[in-house]
Amino acid sequence: MAAAATAAAGRRWFRALALGVSFLKCLLIPTYHSTDFEVHRNWLAITHNLPLSQWYYEATSEWTLDYPPFFAWFEYALSHIAKYFDPEMLVIQNLNYSSHATIFFQRFSVIFTDILFIYAVRECCRCVNGKRAGKDIMEKPTFILAALLLWNFGLLIVDHIHFQYNGFLFGLMLLSIARLCQKRYLEGALLFAVLLHFKHIYVYVAPAYGIYLLRSYCFTANNADGSVKWRSFSFLHVTLMGLIVCLVSALSLGPFVVLGQLPQVISRLFPFKRGLCHAYWAPNFWALYNAVDKALTVVGLKYNFLDPTKIPKASMTGGLVQEFQHTVLPSVTPLATLICTLVSILPSVFCLWFKPQGPRGFLQCVVLCALSSFMFGWHVHEKAILLAILPLSLLSVQRAKDAGIYLILTTTGHFSLFPLLFTLPELPIKILLMLLFTIYSFSSLKSLFRRERPLLNWLETIYLVQLVPLEIFCEIIFPLMPWKLTLPFVPLLLTSVYCALGITYAWLKLYVSVLTEPIPVRQKAE
Amino acid sequence: MEKWSLMTITVLLGLTVRWTVSLGSYSGAGKPPMYGDYEAQRHWQEVTYNLPIRQWYFNTSDNNLLYWGLDYPPLTAYHSFLCAYVAKLINPDWIALHTSQGYESQPHKLFMRATVFVADLLVYIPAVILYCCCLKETSTKKKVSSALCILLYPGLILIDHGHFQYPLSLGFALWAILCLSYDWDLLGSMAFCLALNYKQMELYHSLPFFCYLLGKCFKKGRKGKGLILLIKIAGTVVVSFAVCWLPFCTDVEQIMQVLRRLFPIDRGLFEDKVANIWCSLSVLIKIKSIVSPQTQLKLSCAVTFLSLLPTCVKLTLEPSLRGFKFALVSCHFIFFYFHFRPVCLIINEIPFMATWFLLVSTFSMLPLLLKDGLLLAYTVTSLAFLSACVTSFSIFEKTSAEDLQLKSFSLSLKGYVSWFKSFPKIVKRLFLLSVTVMGILTLLSATMNPPERLPDLFPLAVSIISCLHFLFFLMYFNIVILWDSKSSKSQKKMS
Repeated sequence: MAAAATAAAGRRWFRALALGVSFLKCLLIPTYHSTDFEVHRNWLAITHNLPLSQWYYEATSEWTLDYPPFFAWFEYALSHIAKYFDPEMLVIQNLNYSSHATIFFQRFSVIFTDILFIYAVRECCRCVNGKRAGKDIMEKPTFILAALLLWNFGLLIVDHIHFQYNGFLFGLMLLSIARLCQKRYLEGALLFAVLLHFKHIYVYVAPAYGIYLLRSYCFTANNADGSVKWRSFSFLHVTLMGLIVCLVSALSLGPFVVLGQLPQVISRLFPFKRGLCHAYWAPNFWALYNAVDKALTVVGLKYNFLDPTKIPKASMTGGLVQEFQHTVLPSVTPLATLICTLVSILPSVFCLWFKPQGPRGFLQCVVLCALSSFMFGWHVHEKAILLAILPLSLLSVQRAKDAGIYLILTTTGHFSLFPLLFTLPELPIKILLMLLFTIYSFSSLKSLFRRERPLLNWLETIYLVQLVPLEIFCEIIFPLMPWKLTLPFVPLLLTSVYCALGITYAWLKLYVSVLTEPIPVRQKAE
Repeated sequence: MEKWSLMTITVLLGLTVRWTVSLGSYSGAGKPPMYGDYEAQRHWQEVTYNLPIRQWYFNTSDNNLLYWGLDYPPLTAYHSFLCAYVAKLINPDWIALHTSQGYESQPHKLFMRATVFVADLLVYIPAVILYCCCLKETSTKKKVSSALCILLYPGLILIDHGHFQYPLSLGFALWAILCLSYDWDLLGSMAFCLALNYKQMELYHSLPFFCYLLGKCFKKGRKGKGLILLIKIAGTVVVSFAVCWLPFCTDVEQIMQVLRRLFPIDRGLFEDKVANIWCSLSVLIKIKSIVSPQTQLKLSCAVTFLSLLPTCVKLTLEPSLRGFKFALVSCHFIFFYFHFRPVCLIINEIPFMATWFLLVSTFSMLPLLLKDGLLLAYTVTSLAFLSACVTSFSIFEKTSAEDLQLKSFSLSLKGYVSWFKSFPKIVKRLFLLSVTVMGILTLLSATMNPPERLPDLFPLAVSIISCLHFLFFLMYFNIVILWDSKSSKSQKKMS
């Protein structure tokens, strides 16, 4: 009786959380939207008007189709509803068309497709055990996880202000994770395969999925000491897995293979002509690398180690997306970043293979793969940090150690997204929402783990607190200074480098905790 | 979770909703020649900054009173002056005499919205938080829920941050109520005087304040402590008024002119399509054409005073904080003002009725909001408010006679009316019917054009439906107050 009442209360609160955030998203409809809005409007127009054979060749607008085919089909489906709102948005030549009806339709489509995300969060909450459950519904891990995921600051501002469709994509990812946690492996694999063909950025975490499925599904049993039982290899499982992957790929890329357009599609999906760093440096290893290079250049020029005439004029921080050479440190090629990424992923993948810890080990590997790819990837967007933050939320409500790492990663990761919203009307919104999420995450996780050691040590706390003066400097003090015209990139540089420190620290801390985790003495056969 | 973090999160949510609503349109946007309340406030900044005080309320060549002349008391003028001072630092064009008329730009809009936001943050919101924190005999959760629901009340958000208005008079009035609940009578009186000197509309609330304080003095004894208290309060009121009106006290003509601007007797009983009993009655009887303005005034005063009499007499005889709060509510009803903010104060005692009432009050402003282009904000904030109240207070489970404070009333009636057993169900069904009607009318107002012969069909319909609701609530609140004393023995000691 009590359990039923608690379950009903839980459902009521989940509904309230989901409804509340949806209402907030509706209120964000009139806010600033970035060029991504025009990107998606263009894709609606392309998929609506042109035949399949032209989708990846159309180049009237500079925002060409660079997502895999499933996303193109998704835009195609949306375009059939769009025509009832404003048919003009479907004309390819109407570049930068943004009537009220267009804005309302596109914004609302993001809010509506978030239903999948809400469903996925509910499924994930079911996978989290509530052993630490207090009597109060707000102190239960499931409630906290739901709040941390549904009201995630990064997702809110990227999807509903900046404008993107990450909500339902992360919904697919979280749902696949939930299915794998529930040991429904085929469903999980199917969902992930589908996800890959919606947005190929999720290939960052593909190694984790691949190794975990191979280890836990294709090899159906373990030895007593936890190592893999080679004889338990199941050909049936491997075949099924292979079939799913092949089927999904055939559905997605098949038509283009038939038309002989596969190279063109690949070139659109992986445009390596773009530079090492995005216009705004994602706070990864390369940001630190660039900063060191710049610092060494300045020092070198001052002490006459370098010849000023040999240094290229264009600055990497000029905000242009282009290839660039480093001055002091060796230049970085796409191949070098790939090798670095693979090397950084390997330990976590080995850990997953040799020390399987079930779903939790899988989640840890997912986060580490996402973070490592973020750290060393070529032309990484700062939004990619969400790929690590969202799965880490699931771990954060279960262990105090993970909660501490989550707080550092989330706060710095979210702060690094601030430069995405640079308009004055949106300044109060981003600050208020950031404060809201940060205060909630800190106080809820602190109260959840109040019986354990403090989640953050003094050094980490000081680092996070320093974000406040940094923000004040970048948004208020710097615009009033005379350097604004000569060195316009300084706030971006400072934000990027400072956050890169925090994210690198979180990544290393998580890695160390995963590698040094003791293996349980007795393992149940999976 | 600790109370401070929950309250902070509530405040942040309230602030976020307010700012997102302020991104929308304001009253009179892009509508020359008169524009709207937004232009009025900007004009007052222009007038108060550029002209000397003795010209603020007078019709001169520099100050055309027909174009949004100052018609609020001096404190508004001082506040406008302060805002103008800041505006001058950012962009003097915003308040340049004569040339800035009808000035509209994105940075200026941000500035004006920011002034409202800051006023809210500094005066109204702290009052709400302190009020909720100091509620006695309520759990932390209930306190936070009350704060959340009060801060999410759509009517206030839409008018202040959408249409454009300053929440200062309400903020000061709330501080006054807060002080009175702690028996800080002098501070409370001073706060209420500030509220009154910001907007003369606060006169509506002055009667309950007066009766409550008078009753308190009587309780302490007609001679001795009671008399001293009365003198102290009177002294505080006089001093507060003197400080506010000091620059105008040089000349009797100044004071008279200000009063003439504050109380324009020739305007008549109602302007626009207000949710007012007179407005609704005018459908049946053309009051405006039958009676002269002077008679209209006398008539409304008489009716108002008579309807207020029962509650105020009771308050004087038995001054209790609870009675005081309910009297404020009744009072507000009687005067039929736009929004019914005191009802927010009783949200934690009768959540169901308070929620219902506040939704209706927001709905009553629909014509105005549609004119300002705030349909999306109106819909979303109303739905959000309803969800917040439903979740926090489980209002649908609290519709029994006892929950609605009608137990004593129902006991008296039990002999006569047999259907009282299914009272909760009836109440719930009425609520659903009411919400459905409001929803349909909203949809119709927003999407369809009215027939040509009846251009004011929708605003009038909104007005009449709101009026019917208000009469129902008026009856309800009066019943609660008057039957309250009969069961005072069995009730817990309320604050």
